Amino acid sequence: MTKDLDNVVIKTVSRILVPFMQVFSLYVFAHGHGSPGGGFQGGCIMAASFILLGVAFNLREIGKRFRERNNALMCVLGVFIYTGTGCLAFLSSGNFLDYGTLSDLLPIDSIKARYYGMALIELGVQITVMAVMLSIFVDLVTAGRGEDAPEDTE
Amino acid sequence: MMEFIFGTFNYGIYVVLILIGFYGMMAKNNLMKKLIGMNIFQWSIILFYISIGSKKGGTVPVVDPSLHPAIRAVDYINPLPHVLMLTAIVVGVATTGIALALLILIYRTYGTLEEDEILEVLKK
Amino acid sequence: MNKLAALPATLVAGGFLFYSTAFFPSWGDPDQPAGRHVSPRYIEKTLAETGVPNAVTSVLADYRGYDTMFETSVIFTAGIAVMMLLRGSR
Repeated sequence: MTKDLDNVVIKTVSRILVPFMQVFSLYVFAHGHGSPGGGFQGGCIMAASFILLGVAFNLREIGKRFRERNNALMCVLGVFIYTGTGCLAFLSSGNFLDYGTLSDLLPIDSIKARYYGMALIELGVQITVMAVMLSIFVDLVTAGRGEDAPEDTE
Repeated sequence: MMEFIFGTFNYGIYVVLILIGFYGMMAKNNLMKKLIGMNIFQWSIILFYISIGSKKGGTVPVVDPSLHPAIRAVDYINPLPHVLMLTAIVVGVATTGIALALLILIYRTYGTLEEDEILEVLKK
Repeated sequence: MNKLAALPATLVAGGFLFYSTAFFPSWGDPDQPAGRHVSPRYIEKTLAETGVPNAVTSVLADYRGYDTMFETSVIFTAGIAVMMLLRGSR
């Protein structure tokens, strides 16, 4: 009974904080071109928002909102977006990862093509970093048994 | 003499952190404490590299787009150490994650995390 | 290795490292060898060539994009390795 009363403050505050953390991580990613930020920082903050849910409540709260199968798919999706952009630049008569030649495909000039190429690969980096951090956390806490196993509480 | 100390005291601080990590890796018996010593070693090297790139009177390396053709490199600090250390931080996190997973497996197999007990079991 | 052998080794290594900090350039020197060859070019040309004012992002994603690709694959491999180590023995 006292255990429930002890955790009321933590549970309420974390439930309020998590949406703001996710919006802030998207803000940090989107403003990576004009102020300090970018893919890695946004991905870590987004992973931290899910880990806060897992620490304050149960691990099933993460599983309700974000299944493990989708998590593993997002690990691969980020690397695929990154190398896909590189291959796209390679196919449109240029070198690998040379975004200036993306201007042959889309109706933009060469400088803007580098700008948008950078934004695309930062998106790939953010997705991969977020998914891998969450996956490592869940694996280490449950020692490999997955989210459905009962975890040892002290 | 005082200018020499003010010029290089930041390297001295990072050398102290390196020695703390080094001693922790060698002298402690528990495997978890060795891992934390390695972590301290790693982060102190990253901090050392970042401190190389600072310049007197320089600001954050985000150039002001309003003064477009007249950007001088003297006003901004060196962005290269920051870029290289971003990669190093991510590699450090990956190494720590795998080391913790290996520690879980060692605990499952031997039942202990002390180094001398594990070596005794291995000698038999 | 016990604590009695580790402390002199640490002090000897510390002596060497402290001695070598005397040869470093002083902190905040604008004329360092670290900031001379390619880094002024990155700062001066980043807005003209890429249109991104943040020099760190443009070096990370455009001028040195190859390193970032392999670093992303490193953290992906670490996630897979932890999955294989811990879930494989279920």
